[in-house]
Amino acid sequence: MTPSELFVTAVGLAAIAWVNWYFFFARRSSVVAQAGGGLQRARIEVDNGYAPAVVRVRAGQPVRLEFHRVDGSSCTEEVVIPDFGIRRFLPNGQTTAVDFMPRAAGAHDFACGMGMVRGKIIVDE
Amino acid sequence: MSETCSISVSGMTCAACSSRIQRSLEQTPGVKDASVNLMTGTATVAFDPTAVTPNGLVDVIRDTGYGAELPSPDATPEELLEAQDAERNAELTDLRRKLLVSVVAGVASVVLSMPGMLGIDPSTARWALLLLTLPVVLWAGRHFYSRAWAAFRHHAADMNTLIALGTGAAFGFSAFMTVADDWVAAHGLEPHVYYEPVVWIIALVLLGNLLEARAKGRTSGAIRRLIGLRPATARVVHEGVESDVPVDRVRVGDLLIVRPGERIPTDGEVIDGRSFVDESMLTGEPEPVVKEAGAAVVGATLNRNGALRVRATRVGRDTVLARIISLVRAAQGSKAPIQRLADRVSAVFVPIVISIAIATFVVWYDFGPEPAYLRALVSAVTVLIIACPCAMGLAVPTAVMVATGRGAELGVLIKGGDALQRTAEVDTVVLDKTGTVTQGRPSVQHIELDDEALRLAASLERFSEHPIAEAIIDAARARGLSLNDPDTFEAIPGKGVVGRVGGRQVLVGNRGLMSYRAIDTTRFEQQAAELAANGATPVLVAVDGRPAGLLSIADPVKPTSAAAVEGLRRMSLDVIMLTGDDERTAKSVARLVGIDHVIAEVPPDRKLEEVKRLQQDGRVVAMVGDGLNDAPALAQADVGIAIGTGTDVAMETGSVTLIRGDLLGVPDAITVARRAMRIIRQNLFWAFIYNVIGIPIAAGVLYPFGGPLLTPALAAAAMAVSSVSVISNSLRLRKGP
Repeated sequence: MTPSELFVTAVGLAAIAWVNWYFFFARRSSVVAQAGGGLQRARIEVDNGYAPAVVRVRAGQPVRLEFHRVDGSSCTEEVVIPDFGIRRFLPNGQTTAVDFMPRAAGAHDFACGMGMVRGKIIVDE
Repeated sequence: MSETCSISVSGMTCAACSSRIQRSLEQTPGVKDASVNLMTGTATVAFDPTAVTPNGLVDVIRDTGYGAELPSPDATPEELLEAQDAERNAELTDLRRKLLVSVVAGVASVVLSMPGMLGIDPSTARWALLLLTLPVVLWAGRHFYSRAWAAFRHHAADMNTLIALGTGAAFGFSAFMTVADDWVAAHGLEPHVYYEPVVWIIALVLLGNLLEARAKGRTSGAIRRLIGLRPATARVVHEGVESDVPVDRVRVGDLLIVRPGERIPTDGEVIDGRSFVDESMLTGEPEPVVKEAGAAVVGATLNRNGALRVRATRVGRDTVLARIISLVRAAQGSKAPIQRLADRVSAVFVPIVISIAIATFVVWYDFGPEPAYLRALVSAVTVLIIACPCAMGLAVPTAVMVATGRGAELGVLIKGGDALQRTAEVDTVVLDKTGTVTQGRPSVQHIELDDEALRLAASLERFSEHPIAEAIIDAARARGLSLNDPDTFEAIPGKGVVGRVGGRQVLVGNRGLMSYRAIDTTRFEQQAAELAANGATPVLVAVDGRPAGLLSIADPVKPTSAAAVEGLRRMSLDVIMLTGDDERTAKSVARLVGIDHVIAEVPPDRKLEEVKRLQQDGRVVAMVGDGLNDAPALAQADVGIAIGTGTDVAMETGSVTLIRGDLLGVPDAITVARRAMRIIRQNLFWAFIYNVIGIPIAAGVLYPFGGPLLTPALAAAAMAVSSVSVISNSLRLRKGP
């Protein structure tokens, strides 16, 4: 192998390792919903992704997720939380509140209408 | 002075919650009256606005530990739909414009890529190409990069990431070759540029996005049509004055006028008038139904030929239409279990494709023929571009959306992806008899009595509570006979009724009653036996100790039941009738509709056990019943199908609800589900196969064996076709059952 081939191989392997670490193992931003007035609230910025993508809530208290969508892409125009039977249109440039009641501890996915952009709700006891 | 406001309350789970909130509201100074509804999650409060504000009331509720919100001026379904349409149209216009610019640039780039033919200097041509490509990358394709970046910040990767990386690499390389061509030449390399593929990839992906956005709009067509059914105004009679008001302002109890050709504004009861009403848009039933005084009508159905006066019984979100819309919406938001597979793959798909692209680059660089770095770059870019996570993501949800929407148009509400998948797997259909196969209303079939004997029998039955009594009274009324109350009345359980009417002694009952009272009915014996064999119940009548004749009572079979059973059998499903009735009657009903297998004399509480027994035999059971009496058996079955009784539908029970009161919805539901699952499997198969075959070919695995290499532009075309074809395949479900 020539030095340039060795170099390219090494950089390539490092890049593959980094890609897998970054997308699969690096910590995702998560947020604990703020309780107040009997409601747990969290604001989620929708910009071709959900920020934060992980929301922690407590069981047994109603939750309101406020989705603020700013991307104008039809991909994220709807948010779906299958476990709570929710499919909601998110008008661009506006904040849309989605309410539900987590009754038991567990994890629930939420995603865009076509399941490409994802987030997670973690319900703690 | 007093005002009323309604507050939506969340977090209530039981009646104790609602009464606690109600108490604390009532104890608040300034509150005159408060009522909290657990089911609707609303508190309605009458208050003195000088003492307390609505926001203060919200705080009171929150202090009790529940969520409370003043109703935001809630957008109506139409408004939401309009906003969604407006956004989609804006997106389509934008995409079209970008596509046009990219295609023009693409054609120009093809020409400029052959500088020899134009007789211009290659270096000048490279600069011209760079200037041509810049607007395409910076403007037409800008959203790929900005979206990829946004996703990247969230540790996520999607289709945009692949496009951005692929075109970004090709463009960056070409730009370097253009700007630093002297340096490249000094190192003994020939400056190569790939502007043309960059432009074409962006153009083709934009075309794919455009087609996809249009097709996606069509997947929600059914719910759009349902929402579009909502009438805008109603003609209300108030203190004798007619006026048109918005439907939102109609209240329960309002008197409405519906003229021929108009939609009925909301659910109600006909006060007077007679007309044919077309209910096909909600029930799928093509024949118009006669409506006259006393009949229930459903909002959004079409009044055909006569004027009706209707009293509103349900408004707003309580109407049948509103409940259908919300059930269909919830169903479309749910997931089919089969999607888990697709989810698992698409969650790891993009990073893996990026890894494969890097590996492709390295392998070509190390082992490929010269100029290795060029081949490496082109192959890596092709891998990134051909991979299509969208086709996989769209495979299941688009089919679930179209299928549940199509079901709703046929009057079949399938409650979600889960129900859809299980319905497709059903191999045994259990039908309840009364009210499901039959109309559930016993009526007199055959009368062999003179009018006077019928009048006496019906008069005596006025004191009876037996279901048969109502049928006899109806028959007498139908003949225009006037009835009076009996002087004496005695019911003999299992036999019949005895009493005096206008001084005459009357007996109505079975053979047992007659022989018990020593009345000889031999001459009616044979006829009675024949009637029983045909599934009817013979009833004998005697007046003043002498036999007067007989009549027969039967619960008639719904006219469509036989056709529905035939349909189910053609789909190779086992059809079983389950009933509490005696075996002889049950068998004759079963014969009428073509059912071979009858389980009779099962009391209501044991129906669940029978369903369980069938399931233990390894069958996947759909139980069809009325949703009220059969609720436990419906819940036990793999698929509970609740059948509507006219317009009043227990819609929330069962995993499938038939709005129309006949059994034809059962084969429809199973057909829709089976077709949907077939399409989902096709979608998933093609989406997987496409990537599994496409990516290695793009990487060049066929090359060492003399096989072809794909170009990046060809890869972009293949990707656009693959995601559009998945949606188009799902859209096939819009037609047919």
